[in-house]
Amino acid sequence: MLRGVSLDVAAGQIVHVAGSNGVGKTTLLRVLAGLLTAEQGGVNWQGRPITTNFDSYAATLAYLGHSDGLKADFSARENLSHEVGLRRPVTAAEIDDALTRVGLADCRELPARVLSAGQHRRLAMARVMLTSAPLWILDEPFTNLDHVGVQELSGVIAEHVDNGGAAVIAAHQPPAIPRHSVNCVNLA
Amino acid sequence: MQTSLTQAMALVYRGDLVLAFRRWEQIAQPVVFFTMVTTLVPLALSPELGELREIAGGVLWIAALLAALLGLEFMYRADHADGTLEQMLLSGQPLAWLVLSKTAAHWTASGLPLVLVSPLLAISLGVPSDALCVLMTSLALGTGTLSALGAIGAALTLGLRRGSVLLSLLVLPLAMPALIFGARAVDMAIHGEVARGPLLLLGAMFVLSLTLSPLAVSAALRISQE
Repeated sequence: MLRGVSLDVAAGQIVHVAGSNGVGKTTLLRVLAGLLTAEQGGVNWQGRPITTNFDSYAATLAYLGHSDGLKADFSARENLSHEVGLRRPVTAAEIDDALTRVGLADCRELPARVLSAGQHRRLAMARVMLTSAPLWILDEPFTNLDHVGVQELSGVIAEHVDNGGAAVIAAHQPPAIPRHSVNCVNLA
Repeated sequence: MQTSLTQAMALVYRGDLVLAFRRWEQIAQPVVFFTMVTTLVPLALSPELGELREIAGGVLWIAALLAALLGLEFMYRADHADGTLEQMLLSGQPLAWLVLSKTAAHWTASGLPLVLVSPLLAISLGVPSDALCVLMTSLALGTGTLSALGAIGAALTLGLRRGSVLLSLLVLPLAMPALIFGARAVDMAIHGEVARGPLLLLGAMFVLSLTLSPLAVSAALRISQE
């Protein structure tokens, strides 16, 4: 599907993966996250192939895929404490802060199944924030978000990059991240 | 700081149990099936306790095995559909251990209830009370083996349409030795013999499947993402 793709991501950088529908943006992101294996070539993290110690690589990345990775029967708060708790010990206060940050403070006890598609995306983004991973791989993070939501999320990404993180974002529109320029990789 | 492995395993176990109890029909279904089959046997064959006692071991074991098979396909399907499986693969924790936790949670929600109701059903089939301990032990080991083997089948058939048919075809032949030795152990106990031999063999099968299954399941789960 993809051929001759090469990209570098350094700390403090944002890479925008662009291209029309079906060109392989999601495939590239899944290869970067280690969910798919490339037929040729590979992915290196800090100079080493990610396959040498996949679990330690996985611990340094936060992945937001097409599906939000939420349990419909868990409340917003339970979803975060379960998913983030697998990676690092997380306190109730941290979870409440993150939920307030993404505008879900009033929904924290509601089961995820009653939340809207946009609220699912916000909750998934709260999970990405809480993992405190240096590398964020985000597949269409702005889908279903309203205008305010897009601005808030862009602010969150900017803050992550300010703190020395990196982000790879697949999106149709070039993301407008405050204070930061975006390197574009066009697959088309 | 990273979550320790034991904490992560406890989190997976507890999370899966909470979800299972929120969808309690998944817990109730195998128990209802098990109860229905064993109570229908006297109606269809003979109400004579002496005759029922002769076939009780086989009937209880077949019914329990098929009942435990009912819940297997739900093991990873929801996780695959909602994307939480993806997140588990990327959690940075050793996958095989998390898989072991999920298998244990699945057994607690689907196998353990069968073990707990089995004495009541056994008494209704005329099984003497001396044999109940062997029955429960054999079913505990048998359903545990089936959860471990079934996890492999469930992981291999993830993302397939009509995967549930394939799942039964994959898992049932592997579970046959457990059925043979389990039913034999109960039968021996009913006739007042010492059932140590078949129970030890069942235990060996349980340990073998529990040790190897997490490795096979984690490999199958990684493939399911491709």
